[in-house]
Amino acid sequence: MYRTILTARLLDEAALRQNRMGRAPFVVPAEGHEACQVGTAWVMRKGVDVWVPYYRDGAVVLAAGMTPFEIFLGIFAKADDPSSGGRQMPSHWGHKGLDIISGSSPIATQIPHAAGIAYAIKYRQEDAVVGCWFGDGATSEGDWHEGLNFAGIHRLPVIFVCENNQYAISVPQAKQMAVDNVADRAEGYGFPGVVVDGNDVLACYGAMKQAHERARAGEGPTLIECKTYRFLGHTSDDDDKTYRPRDEVEEARHNDPVHVFGEYLRTQEVLDDVGAEELRLEIKGEIDTALAAAWDAADPTPESAMRHVFFEGEA
Amino acid sequence: MSEKNVVTAIRDALHDEMAADDRVILLGEDVGNRGGVFRISAGWMEEFGEDRVIDTPLAESGIVGVAIGMALRGLLPVAEIQFADFIHPAFDQIVSEAARLRYRSNGAFGCPLVIRAPCGGGIHGALYHSQSIEAFYAHVPGIKVVMPSTPADAAGMLRSALRDPDPVLFLEHKKTYRAVKGEVPDGSYEIPIGPADVKREGTDLTCVSYGYSLHTCLDAAARLQEDEGISIEVVDVRTISPLDTETIVASVRKTAKAIVVYEDNRSFGAGAEIVATIAEEAMFDLDAPIVRVGAPDIPAMPFATPLEHFFMEPEPDQIYRRMRDLAHH
Repeated sequence: MYRTILTARLLDEAALRQNRMGRAPFVVPAEGHEACQVGTAWVMRKGVDVWVPYYRDGAVVLAAGMTPFEIFLGIFAKADDPSSGGRQMPSHWGHKGLDIISGSSPIATQIPHAAGIAYAIKYRQEDAVVGCWFGDGATSEGDWHEGLNFAGIHRLPVIFVCENNQYAISVPQAKQMAVDNVADRAEGYGFPGVVVDGNDVLACYGAMKQAHERARAGEGPTLIECKTYRFLGHTSDDDDKTYRPRDEVEEARHNDPVHVFGEYLRTQEVLDDVGAEELRLEIKGEIDTALAAAWDAADPTPESAMRHVFFEGEA
Repeated sequence: MSEKNVVTAIRDALHDEMAADDRVILLGEDVGNRGGVFRISAGWMEEFGEDRVIDTPLAESGIVGVAIGMALRGLLPVAEIQFADFIHPAFDQIVSEAARLRYRSNGAFGCPLVIRAPCGGGIHGALYHSQSIEAFYAHVPGIKVVMPSTPADAAGMLRSALRDPDPVLFLEHKKTYRAVKGEVPDGSYEIPIGPADVKREGTDLTCVSYGYSLHTCLDAAARLQEDEGISIEVVDVRTISPLDTETIVASVRKTAKAIVVYEDNRSFGAGAEIVATIAEEAMFDLDAPIVRVGAPDIPAMPFATPLEHFFMEPEPDQIYRRMRDLAHH
């Protein structure tokens, strides 16, 4: 778990460096969200459950099994990028083999998809659960309401995870909704909503575990709200200094989930400074290797732009 | 063979598909208890179960979005939009999601989804039960847009739509539902999505149309044959996108004259694309300028009978007259 969290952080840092070097036109950092992403994703069963993430979910897809190499193939828009073959902006995740459903840029459109997938699972009496992640801004969209409402009516095996970082790009939560907790809205859909500290990976894991058990038991959806913070801009093209006071960001950094979890592991004596540094260097080495290999991978050919508008036969 | 109207042909075909394959799911507003406002699914909730004939909440984007999810998990959903006029909230789900899933995943994911929507006017449906929506979606790569106009085509193309691995917007012109009858072959035959169909052969001019307008054109062509011996070839587009330009251009090359007729607003409608195609590919075969007949550019359609008639046909018997003028050009 710590390894995945740290990988996500170091991968973000490396990707941002590539962006500043001019080698990656666009990146979406997850910094600050690692605990709620990994904590919730850790409950999901690979090869069984279905992942419906949104674009900030770099750590979710790492937990789902995507490799740093695959992620860098997307960042550099290479032909073998598993998400889209370089067709989408980076971080628009999709991985058929890992059951990560392809996502788009419009906000909350994936919510009804999650409900529909969960409906099909229930209809066929399969033992699978859908995990669906989104930000606080998504909760204002009609599709969010329509998806949760349908999931509630049919008591579907789906878990809705809100990574509430308190800003939809620049718009603060107070201008997004008149309630303190997104989770309170669950009542309107007839299923439980819970609030957890999104910087506490184990709390996120615990809430997700309960929701997962509920889903598998046929008791229906759960809405989990993870209160967290985004340390960087919305994307590499965003300057958050125009809307967030620096002291607020600095204050939030005191609860950096990577640091918080690292400290916890030290108090439990499963990690020490030497071990942490060794792990960091090992991951950094893996990321550097993945990055270099992805940079050298083939670009898509121009003519390939014409392909896959419609079905072309089984591969 | 048996004679049916369009709505019965659609009902029977969809019923047989649901009976044959439990992956086929019908979802929409009032499709269950009520059996659909056009009674297409009357009794099906009892027959197939509430989990296969789903009365959804009144939320069109959600209907399409949920259906996309079902398709992603191996079901074959048929999402019914009660009236095409109400499809607009689902535009994002259709255009950004269903139509792009395959392209954006480089072929990894597909979306075998059928969206059924009764469209068109001339039935006192006023501004929000009469619209033509085909042009919005025909413009979008990744989704097929069809509008069959005869009972045999409707049944055969619905089967093809259900077996298509990509999303299909299946438009049903409401005025054809009960007004148009015809022979329907027995068995689960298919009419492929794509090819246009020459509904009437002729030599003097080509008329290209679809939807209810097709029947107005067929009627005018029959009368002109009788009245003046003018021989008109009538091409039924059937699949609006992707458009069968080959059949259209071949017919125009043969007759050397073309008239394109559609019910939608004239400007930027599907007819404009057809006219442009003829102009590009058959300009030097033409003996007269192409004629385009569409509705005036006012919202479809005002309610009062004289206003609705004006929308459908601004001049009395205009298609007959425009065809005759073109033939004499």
